[in-house]
Amino acid sequence: MVLGIYPGCSLKGSSREYTESVLAVAKAFDIEIKEILDWNCCGATAAHNLSKELALALPARILALAENQGLDEIVVPCAACYSRLSGTQHELNQHPELKSKVVEAIGMEYKGTVGILNIVQMIDKYITPNIESKIVKPFDHKLACYYGCLLVRPKEVLKFDREEDPQSMDTLMSKLGAKPIDWAFKTECCGAGLTMSRTKTVARLSGEIVKDAADRGAEAIIVACPMCHSNLDMRRKEINEYNDQKINIPVLYTTQAIGLAIGLDRESLGLQRHFVKVEI
Amino acid sequence: MSRIGVFVCHCGENISATVNCQKVAETASGYEGVVHSVDYKYMCSDPGQTLIKQAIKDKNLTGVVVAACSPRMHEPTFRKACNEGGLNPFMCEMANLREHCSWVHDKGDLTTEKAIDVVRTQVEKVKRNQPLTDIKVPVTKTALVIGGGIAGIQTSLDIANCGHKVILIEKDPSIGGHMSQLSETFPTLDCSQCILTPRMVEVAQHPNITLYTYAELESLDGFIGNFTAKIRKKAKSIDEKLCTGCGLCTTKCPTKKIPSEFNEGLGFRPAVYVPFPQAVPNIPVIDRINCTYYIKGKCKVCEKVCPTKAIVFDQEDEIIEVAVGAIVVATGFGIKQPDFFPEYGYGKYPDVITGMQFERLASASGPTFGEIKRPSDGQVPKKIVFIACAGSRDEAKGIPYCSKICCMYTAKHAMLYQHKVHGGESTVFYMDIRAAGKNYEEFVRRAIEEDTVKYVRGRVSRVYEKNGKLIVKGVDTLLGAMPVEIEADMVVLATAGVANPGAEELAQKLHISYDGYKFFAESHPKLKPIETNTGGIMVAGACQSIRDIPESVSMASGAAVKVACLFSQNELTREPLIAVVNRCAAPLYSTCVGCFLCQSACPYQAIEREEIKDRSGKLIKSIAKVNPGLCQGCGTCVAFCRSRSIDIQGYTHDQVYNEVMALLNEY
Amino acid sequence: MSEFEPKVVAFVCNWCTYAGADLTGTSRIKYATNVRIVRFPCTGRIDYMLLMKSFAEGVDGIIVSGCHPNDCHYTSGNFQARRRWIVFRNLCDFMGIDIRRIQFSWVSAAEGAKWADVVNTTVTTIRELGPYTDYKKVANYFEKEVSHG
Repeated sequence: MVLGIYPGCSLKGSSREYTESVLAVAKAFDIEIKEILDWNCCGATAAHNLSKELALALPARILALAENQGLDEIVVPCAACYSRLSGTQHELNQHPELKSKVVEAIGMEYKGTVGILNIVQMIDKYITPNIESKIVKPFDHKLACYYGCLLVRPKEVLKFDREEDPQSMDTLMSKLGAKPIDWAFKTECCGAGLTMSRTKTVARLSGEIVKDAADRGAEAIIVACPMCHSNLDMRRKEINEYNDQKINIPVLYTTQAIGLAIGLDRESLGLQRHFVKVEI
Repeated sequence: MSRIGVFVCHCGENISATVNCQKVAETASGYEGVVHSVDYKYMCSDPGQTLIKQAIKDKNLTGVVVAACSPRMHEPTFRKACNEGGLNPFMCEMANLREHCSWVHDKGDLTTEKAIDVVRTQVEKVKRNQPLTDIKVPVTKTALVIGGGIAGIQTSLDIANCGHKVILIEKDPSIGGHMSQLSETFPTLDCSQCILTPRMVEVAQHPNITLYTYAELESLDGFIGNFTAKIRKKAKSIDEKLCTGCGLCTTKCPTKKIPSEFNEGLGFRPAVYVPFPQAVPNIPVIDRINCTYYIKGKCKVCEKVCPTKAIVFDQEDEIIEVAVGAIVVATGFGIKQPDFFPEYGYGKYPDVITGMQFERLASASGPTFGEIKRPSDGQVPKKIVFIACAGSRDEAKGIPYCSKICCMYTAKHAMLYQHKVHGGESTVFYMDIRAAGKNYEEFVRRAIEEDTVKYVRGRVSRVYEKNGKLIVKGVDTLLGAMPVEIEADMVVLATAGVANPGAEELAQKLHISYDGYKFFAESHPKLKPIETNTGGIMVAGACQSIRDIPESVSMASGAAVKVACLFSQNELTREPLIAVVNRCAAPLYSTCVGCFLCQSACPYQAIEREEIKDRSGKLIKSIAKVNPGLCQGCGTCVAFCRSRSIDIQGYTHDQVYNEVMALLNEY
Repeated sequence: MSEFEPKVVAFVCNWCTYAGADLTGTSRIKYATNVRIVRFPCTGRIDYMLLMKSFAEGVDGIIVSGCHPNDCHYTSGNFQARRRWIVFRNLCDFMGIDIRRIQFSWVSAAEGAKWADVVNTTVTTIRELGPYTDYKKVANYFEKEVSHG
């Protein structure tokens, strides 16, 4: 089967390992991944602060490209991109007048029919059903599943999981043989885009997250968003300074955890690229 | 020849602000058959009504159209006025210019045009009205009260004390309802059970009250004054006549660890049980789902120890049919289980409890005998947090309304905690404090000022457990949205009050309406808050919307008065808007061909078979005949009849057809 | 030429939709002026031939609305109306009446906002469909040719 992918900027840059692990896992499950050609920025946090139309037009162009390239369904591994794309599709479907404005702006036909999956939904739909027989090394670890702010919100648009106490990643990790812990920071903010401009704030916010996970005995934090990953992994030095404590639990993408459980090569999953050494 | 009078009401400015009433009246005066057409500021006022009565006499009117508010509001008023003016009341129709026109459209020609159209339809309709006489029906002077909480108890006692018979049914094994679970009551802090249990006993002993506990309404037929109710008495597995209430079976039952409903899961009860010691009646029931005998087929310890041989394992549900004249629905409310609030950790952390569970902890008859001990380890919590509005006023959680009682009971809880745990620290997170009621605000002030309860205005975002403490993360909006974190030993959620789980089903059995939240709908929000739209059925207490005890009690007494009024008459008059089968001279007798399709369509079994015989008794023809006592006037039969032989008074083919045609032909 | 103002007649039951429309009024929710409400005791009373006749006399759109399933004041009238509606749809189709011109809905006594919504949606649909003229032609034909000829 063929599935489109919208990588977005992070997956091509700071989170190359996320892309690598998504592709490696997809391959293992015979899913052909086709990148949307000529894709552009989703607008991230910048566009919607400037202009509503721009914030809609950018993701709409991506979705229109996918439609025109014959993709019925795409996976958007970055939670922020996923939120932008889904939000746009929802908004344009609700407001035909906005839709016609946006169509005019992007100069392309846009129907708004492409199925948009986040990474957890993609795994649930195409990987989980066949996963049991493929597990060679049960991922027997205590894990803190961290959802971040965008994966499950806004509920009205995404209609995916419980927004305040999401469960989907926990369920998924249990299937790999892991023991997800009950903790308090599943959906707390990691500091997101403030990582460059207000590093101290990020250290504090992410620091609380990492500390709670460590205090409750998690051996790793599982994420589904490149932004969360950078803050929890790349900013570990600042985090440890904030906490005045050396915490070295690694941060893994869901796809990396699956890859390890089904016995994929560690390098193919990009584990060597992490700042915090992955030793599980 | 018709002589119609049209009376256009301004309703102060309610209609005249958007509709040109003068123009409406002028246009109507030009219609064929209209001999009098005026507009006036307040048609329903005394001078307004006099205007109508005078015109009927002066102009010899044969029909009246009042163009004013909704007929659901003032049709009875104007029909009465016509009657007093010497016109048959059913020769009066109303054109709804307020609810259906002036209030929903902007000022302009189109709105006035619509008003004119609506008046024209009613002119055409009223020309074809027939004088009708009210139907008299007898009244069964027994009331059925559904629900044995404080509202049901109060209304039963009041009706019974008026000298009428009452049948009170309660779904649980004992009456008492939520009030019996409460510790103390605001704003006086008197013990709930101490004031309630005497009333419960009074119900049980009242010669006019028949009490069926563990019983539910199975079905309801009939109409005001003449209902037939079927009551399902669920099998208690106990012979109530033999049982003395000695309680031996309950103490000897080997299955003891069933979470007690009465104690909100904080205590246990055996499989054969009375919900609480002061239960009325003091007769146990066997919970068949948890009883070893019903699960495994053996045990029967209760049967062995029972001194009066009252245990009957093969007892079956019993259906009792009763005739009643009026019904009071007092089924109370439910409490939203806070599992839809995962961020507060209810269900995950044993020390996050609901307000009702706190009531049980604080109650002298509760699982801790009134000591505030937390469920996890039995320790006395030193720090406690109350979250008011857990679900209420939160559209994201599907409950946009205010549950009304939480502000007050939370203040009470905090106060009780401070009284019972010296040196304890309590914090209340709130959105607003809604303490409107006699001595309510003073009560809350007392909690804050005398009992040093800390009130923080803000919401709680999350509760989680860390190192044996519950961390409550919230915000203080009065301190510029400053984040607040409290390490608490126990958290109490003031969870939203909701309609009872079975409310919708019950409403459908009773044919009463309910709102979007499944609370029963009153007939008018202000002037008929107790009656429902179905004649003879009243509502009392929290089943209509969340209410506290004083409100429930006053509403219950109000419902009792409504019932007593009804029972003060020997006969009721009903509107004659019922179906009739036409009759004509021999040899046809009626256009009815006797297919009896109407009979199968009628939901009330109101259609009978009439045999027309000649003098020698030979059958000439069988035709349908409507029993006016049973017919409710829905008209389903009318649409079914292929030969148009059955028609419904007030909405005849002729009337409705001309109403619609009046709209289209001069539109 | 002024804009086309559709003529829409609403056939509603007394207990749910009429009361619901009253609530729209009490809540001061605005809606299109094009609708004229005809009150029936129950949707079960509505003779669908009257709907057909309305089309013949030049109505552009029709709303039939009553209590939600299971909520009928008379137990089952709304179910009868729904059953008839299913048959009537086919008849409309056969007669060449676009069934989008008839809006069948449930509006309870508590759904004031929904009533406004139903009216507005119907009026918008009818505005798009334009005036209904076809059946009038047929009706005129019958009147002239059949009754006089």
